[in-house]
Amino acid sequence: MESILQPWPWYVAGPLIATVMLLLMYFGKTFGMSSNLRTLCTIGGAGKFSDFFNFDWKAQRWNLVVVLGAVIGGFIATQFLSDGSTMALSTDTIADLSALGFNDAGETLLPPEIYSWENVLTLKGMSILIIGGFLVGFGTRYAGGCSSGHAITGLSNLQLPSLIAVIGFFIGGLIMTHFILPLIF
Amino acid sequence: MKFLKFLFVGIFFGIILVKSEAVSWYRIFEMFKFQSFHMYGIIGTAVFLGVLFVAALKRFKVKSIEGEELKFIPKDKSVSRYILGGTIFGLGWALAGACPGPMYVLVGTGVFSMFIVIAAALLGTFVYGLLRSKLPH
Repeated sequence: MESILQPWPWYVAGPLIATVMLLLMYFGKTFGMSSNLRTLCTIGGAGKFSDFFNFDWKAQRWNLVVVLGAVIGGFIATQFLSDGSTMALSTDTIADLSALGFNDAGETLLPPEIYSWENVLTLKGMSILIIGGFLVGFGTRYAGGCSSGHAITGLSNLQLPSLIAVIGFFIGGLIMTHFILPLIF
Repeated sequence: MKFLKFLFVGIFFGIILVKSEAVSWYRIFEMFKFQSFHMYGIIGTAVFLGVLFVAALKRFKVKSIEGEELKFIPKDKSVSRYILGGTIFGLGWALAGACPGPMYVLVGTGVFSMFIVIAAALLGTFVYGLLRSKLPH
């Protein structure tokens, strides 16, 4: 039980994520979280503005149930399966973050410098969340998948397009982390 | 009841992502700085095992729980949409630190400002739908 309460190492988490994909395939579905954004747009009436959203969203209800489960899983993990230990981030990362003005890196899952209400309710803070979210939502649909649909499912099925998409993920991620974040913070 | 199994898979997924810290902005930053093997280990072992799983499902012609053929839909052939879309996604991923699975998981951990990221992601998907015919694919 004690090892469950501590952070799980990569060699436990990776195989478990592959198991999630395997289960969804066995259930006749596919592992891809970003499709839910399109489904939610369709439910919200986006089909009136673009044919892209005219599809049978009810066939995607199972994936919304996965989303609901993921929320519950996040709750269970933090409330009942955590011992409150600090993340074992690399010392280089902590030093780099400190230089950018991020203190106590790893004390919480997300940096309060970005996600605390105090910072969210500023022009800069609100812009970061809105621009970040917008780019994720736009980019994932343009690329036809995200970290789950391309990096896990697509690569597992040896799809060259998914490899190209993952290379794109890294181009964007490296530009943001190395060049843009230092300008923002 | 047919939805219950999906609820359990989702719960399982959410717990894994929190306990492995893959939902953490800090871990994404660290990954793009190449300062830890953690995220590469997670993705690497997931893909390694995933390749074996998919190959086995195909090789043994495994049927789904409902007795149907499993569908392995090939992705459309293109380069531009994957590079451009992927790069846009990567910019957002490294900024917000959350991709389309973790953003829901993080709501469950009690980070309610994540609803803003989710709303913005919905807007991004909607705008993609509007512009789709004008973008190179």
